Amino acid sequence: MNVDDDTLYDDSGNETSGDDVDFVIDVDNASNKELHSYDDEYQYEVLSTDDIVQHMVDCIKEVNTVVQIPLTTTRILLNYFNWDKEKLMERFFDGNQDDLFKEAHVINPFKKVNAVKPKISNKLLGTEECDICFMVFPPTQMTGLECGHRFCYQCWNEYLTTKIMEEGVGQTIACAAHNCPILVDDQTAMRLLKDPRVKLKYQHLITNSFVECNRLLRWCPSPDCSFAIKVSYVEAKPVACRCGHVFCFACGENWHDPVRCGLLKKWQKKCDDDSETSNWIAANTKECPKCNATIEKDGGCNHMICKNQNCKADFCWVCLGPWEPHGSSWYNCNRYDEDEAKAARDAQEKSRAALQRYLFYCNRYMNHMQSLRFEHKLYASVKDKMEEMQQHNMSWIEVQFLKKAVDILCQCRQTLMYTYVFAYYLKKNNQSVIFEDNQKDLERATELLSEYLERDITQENLIDIKQKVQDKYRYCDGRRMALLDHVHEGYEKDWWVYSE
Amino acid sequence: MAALPRRIIKETQRLMQEPVPGISAVPDDSNARYFHVIVTGPEDSPFEGGLFKLELFLPEDYPMSAPKVRFITKIYHPNIDRLGRICLDILKDKWSPALQIRTVLLSIQALLSAPNPDDPLANDVAELWKVNESEAIRNAKEWTRRYAMDN
Repeated sequence: MNVDDDTLYDDSGNETSGDDVDFVIDVDNASNKELHSYDDEYQYEVLSTDDIVQHMVDCIKEVNTVVQIPLTTTRILLNYFNWDKEKLMERFFDGNQDDLFKEAHVINPFKKVNAVKPKISNKLLGTEECDICFMVFPPTQMTGLECGHRFCYQCWNEYLTTKIMEEGVGQTIACAAHNCPILVDDQTAMRLLKDPRVKLKYQHLITNSFVECNRLLRWCPSPDCSFAIKVSYVEAKPVACRCGHVFCFACGENWHDPVRCGLLKKWQKKCDDDSETSNWIAANTKECPKCNATIEKDGGCNHMICKNQNCKADFCWVCLGPWEPHGSSWYNCNRYDEDEAKAARDAQEKSRAALQRYLFYCNRYMNHMQSLRFEHKLYASVKDKMEEMQQHNMSWIEVQFLKKAVDILCQCRQTLMYTYVFAYYLKKNNQSVIFEDNQKDLERATELLSEYLERDITQENLIDIKQKVQDKYRYCDGRRMALLDHVHEGYEKDWWVYSE
Repeated sequence: MAALPRRIIKETQRLMQEPVPGISAVPDDSNARYFHVIVTGPEDSPFEGGLFKLELFLPEDYPMSAPKVRFITKIYHPNIDRLGRICLDILKDKWSPALQIRTVLLSIQALLSAPNPDDPLANDVAELWKVNESEAIRNAKEWTRRYAMDN
């Protein structure tokens, strides 16, 4: 391993001007290809961990051409300002630099003084004792930061390893001495760490804070994926990671067209929290008209007797009025249709209707989500079919239509799933009726394709399959595009009115 | 258990050779990482005259992680809870491997001299310490007399 591998960057680039920063904007061909299958205009780049480090280094160098301090110090400062270059420059040139370095926990590089003199052990002149392991070393085996606190290499390694692996600290590891706020810079850390696994984790912690602070970068949210997406402006557009995961750059959720990020978030919150529990309570229970205890009717009889021992009110479940008259000959619930009772019933009707409405959309949303999960199993069965076809004199490229069909099916399921979120919030008007028609068409076409791929395909003649499958998936895709285009047009022309 | 690191051996030796005034820390006969500690209540504090027993354990990765310290003697203090757990920054996020058993125990002794009700562990105690300091100090003295003076 050469020296450069051990550091995040080498110092030789100190004098490089900022003009090499722009190269990262170029989108390489590989990601361009992926890009086209989702959206032609929105350009982005997929960055590996190494690319991210490079990008970070470029940012640091760019700032450094102006501020002219050690690169490692620049990185700590940039991190302190959440990678906001302008903010750093402003403070650097307009404020008190001593305060700035102190706040960011670095030694002012313009004022290097050894704060602490190395402790010389009495017994053996010219050696130092490490305050951590209590061993005595020649000065060459001791090291430290600008603050002057020195420890042996072994202890530094252990200290940094504990911080990184146990506590998950990267950017803000302080000197090992008690009460010393000076931060360990990345070069020193990489030099002192021995285990490659720890180095990797450290690199990840460093890049992680860089990515999370940077608006134009986002980690791929897929589990165990270490790529990040870099864009040149933020927009709610689909991006495809090299791992295959497609997500919305703006919010990080699965790509959710046609519904927008804000509504999706609202929907997910609604599904997650127990607002629906309270809706259920409102729709399925009533309050005792006397003591207000919540009551669920569990039998057919409408004569309710409150179980609250201090209340025991008799009342009618239907009209919430006192039960007494109901037993007599002048029984008539309507008779008690006073304003108050009516208001209570209206409120209940309303929340019951709201619950029904929510459940309607939620069921369909969940159903498509469930189906989408099952469709992934189709890839396996379709693969068998493709192999079978290849044994019947079809070439590999000729049988790819089957995989494409499942791709399209999954896309349609996903779109359909999110149409129900959109529809839930949508107020009825002429355009929403057209939207629902589009939704109906797409749903029907999707079900036909799904059924064909799952069941009918086994009975078909191999020769006929291709034509039928292609017809079906092209139709599906067409319906999907039509629906999305219509919704997008509506966004542009302000057709959509939301109910909440 | 693995052999005792040199650091722990040396630290224990130095602790025996130059004990800290008002503090004794003796390793357990069967476990050299477990210390029986006695801290005397600092002068001019409500804990004056008391002898407080603590236990101190050096975890496997000591000194990279902090020793675990707990009061065994009951004590009325806003930063020490019913179970004897201590709220002290150097035992948590401010731990440094350059700190030692000696420095930790000195800090605990200092905490007895200067309770910090604004960063409480025992909420009821801290509350009283803030609204009625004289009553809180009376309680602390009473607890010291009752629990820390008999043995």
